[in-house]
Amino acid sequence: MDILNALVVFLNFVFIPAAAYGAQLALGALGVTLIYGILRFSNFAHGDTMAIGTAIVILLTWGLQAIGITAGPLPTALIALPLGIALTALLVLGTDRAVYRFYRRQKAAPIILVMASVGVMFVMNGLTRLLIGVDEYRFDDGERFIIDVRSFREMTGLPEGLALRSTQALTLVVAVLVVIALFWFLNRTKSGKAMRAYSDNEDLALLSGIDPERVVRLTWIIAAGLATIAGTLYGLDKSFKAFNYFQILLPIFAAAIVGGLGNPVGAIAGGFLVAFSEVAVTYPWIKIVGYVAPWYEPGGLMQLLGTEYKFAVSFVILIVVLLFRPTGLFRGRSV
Amino acid sequence: MKKLLLATAAGALLAGAAGAEEIKLGVSLGFTGPLESMAPGMQSGAELAMKEVSDSGLLLDGSTVTSVTGDSTCIDAAAATATVERLITAENVKGIVGGMCSGETIASLENVAKPNGIVMISPSATSPALSTIEDDGLFFRTSPSDARQGEVMANIIMERGIDTVAVTYTNNDYGKGLADSFQAAFEEKGGTVTVNSAHDDGKADYSAEVAALSAAGGDALVVAGYVDQGGSGIVRAALDTGAFDTFVFPDGMVGQALEDNFGTEIEGSFGQNPAAEGEGRETYLSMAEEAGFDGSGAFSAEAYDAAALMLLAMAKAGSSDPATYKGSIMDVANEPGEKIMPGDLAKALEIINGGGDVDYVGATAVEMVGEGESAGVYREIQFTDGKIEVVGYR
Repeated sequence: MDILNALVVFLNFVFIPAAAYGAQLALGALGVTLIYGILRFSNFAHGDTMAIGTAIVILLTWGLQAIGITAGPLPTALIALPLGIALTALLVLGTDRAVYRFYRRQKAAPIILVMASVGVMFVMNGLTRLLIGVDEYRFDDGERFIIDVRSFREMTGLPEGLALRSTQALTLVVAVLVVIALFWFLNRTKSGKAMRAYSDNEDLALLSGIDPERVVRLTWIIAAGLATIAGTLYGLDKSFKAFNYFQILLPIFAAAIVGGLGNPVGAIAGGFLVAFSEVAVTYPWIKIVGYVAPWYEPGGLMQLLGTEYKFAVSFVILIVVLLFRPTGLFRGRSV
Repeated sequence: MKKLLLATAAGALLAGAAGAEEIKLGVSLGFTGPLESMAPGMQSGAELAMKEVSDSGLLLDGSTVTSVTGDSTCIDAAAATATVERLITAENVKGIVGGMCSGETIASLENVAKPNGIVMISPSATSPALSTIEDDGLFFRTSPSDARQGEVMANIIMERGIDTVAVTYTNNDYGKGLADSFQAAFEEKGGTVTVNSAHDDGKADYSAEVAALSAAGGDALVVAGYVDQGGSGIVRAALDTGAFDTFVFPDGMVGQALEDNFGTEIEGSFGQNPAAEGEGRETYLSMAEEAGFDGSGAFSAEAYDAAALMLLAMAKAGSSDPATYKGSIMDVANEPGEKIMPGDLAKALEIINGGGDVDYVGATAVEMVGEGESAGVYREIQFTDGKIEVVGYR
């Protein structure tokens, strides 16, 4: 019984939140890693691409709700997502045309592209605020819970409760589907293979007749799709606020670098690693220890780090990886 | 240059002496920032009192009073300091109604108002730190210190038979001051605070904070935060994970947004916010309605009282010079004397001009204690059927 209680507490406060958060980070990191692998620079504007993509999806969602279309038990945002991705992709392609293409033609050093992306980040940040405002928005509708605490307690008779929000489950399911689709695309289709070839060796790819502009366009479209999906899932699960996407840029980069920049499998592993570390390090384990080992009475809360320092965890992981294994866990490129 | 200086000094002296003048009062409130929705109501309150006094023509031989507003931003101490600096040096205000939030008020008081010898009366800064601050007798407030609120809250919780609570506070002077004073009061009465931890405003996700609070445990969660900010996020996450189902809400949380966000989900939760009952408040509300604004907004009545006190003190001291009238504020605020209700400012000025005493009661039953802060009456509220219900005053 006590073991069960410990398990329920662990699932409720550690596993489920960390898994959902990890999936959101993984999708974000996939976008970053893809751009790094193919366009060869760290795209700092990715967080704000997520923000503006989500803002577009929210506006579309409101539009759909206004004309009475909803997705039943699922959030309406899912219906708005495809069009949102298309609009975000157009915006990102426009940015590439206006900014990055110029530097690419000049064969500018990656650091110049990185700085250009910082500029794009600020512009997108401002655009998002202009578009939707700076307030907090909740746009999740439909069923809020798959399992809520009260019914779980009644069902099992355990004193501890377990909640699984529909947005958390949705995040995981969508993330898995997107990752499968992405890997199928990269490994099985002609365009995907062209992208990988271009990523491995640009000159050889050009020699074999691959159109570089087409590869670049495809990369941006996929990155915009990943960013919009990740941003929307994050916003559905928590809430949308323009500034928050700027804040999760750091954990996303940590995830991409930990896994190895340019390596999609690494990005996914990195996302979950960072998310679980953040939650596990700031969680006070006293309750779980109390159930598993009732004879042991520690003095404090058994919390390694206060929750205010959550972001410090990604910093530490980032620094440790850069020091000891700069190519990341899955042998990406060194930064 | 020397002549110019002399002339200016002489001019300033003359202006300080008797004779009708145009008195400027600064209104330094957070017109932008986390409490921006409250600021306009407070400004209207303060300006209502100024207009009442100007129209009476009885202050210092018919002097008129005008307001100069400035944005204190509530959270940015540097911006607030710059604003108050401008009000004092460029606009020559004789006193300031403000600041709005505690941290910003402390900064502008210490950096600008004190060196320049200008009186500040804050309608809404409630940090206990302001009770003991070195203020040269220049700082007053028409709201009570949170040390008092901490005690009231401890009493309310105890009387409801709860003796272990977890506390989370918004990471600033207001939140920390309130949480600490509550913890001290609660433990003194024999209660246990399992954890007293901060949360930062403006984050998307508070599940980590709630997980920590939940692990520490407690029969109720005290949320010393802001309802438009992290406070609601904490309550949402706590409800979703089933960590707590009874919450205690101090003044920053008690608002319409709480009903809108949670409704029946927080049935049985309770709290308190400063609010006087009685005649003065009713009169003020109808005066505000007549003037075209909503007087029931948080701290609007306190702002009216702050401006009224300052002007009555000027009349009492016979001068608009802060160094002179600062000593009269406690006199007009407390007994002995004729009780003064809102709308009676002309009557008060007549009494003062005739050499009599007044005891300003105003819209919030002002009674100054200690170093010049309101003793404070609190309204106890609880959630019944998803609505805020007032259950008593204490």
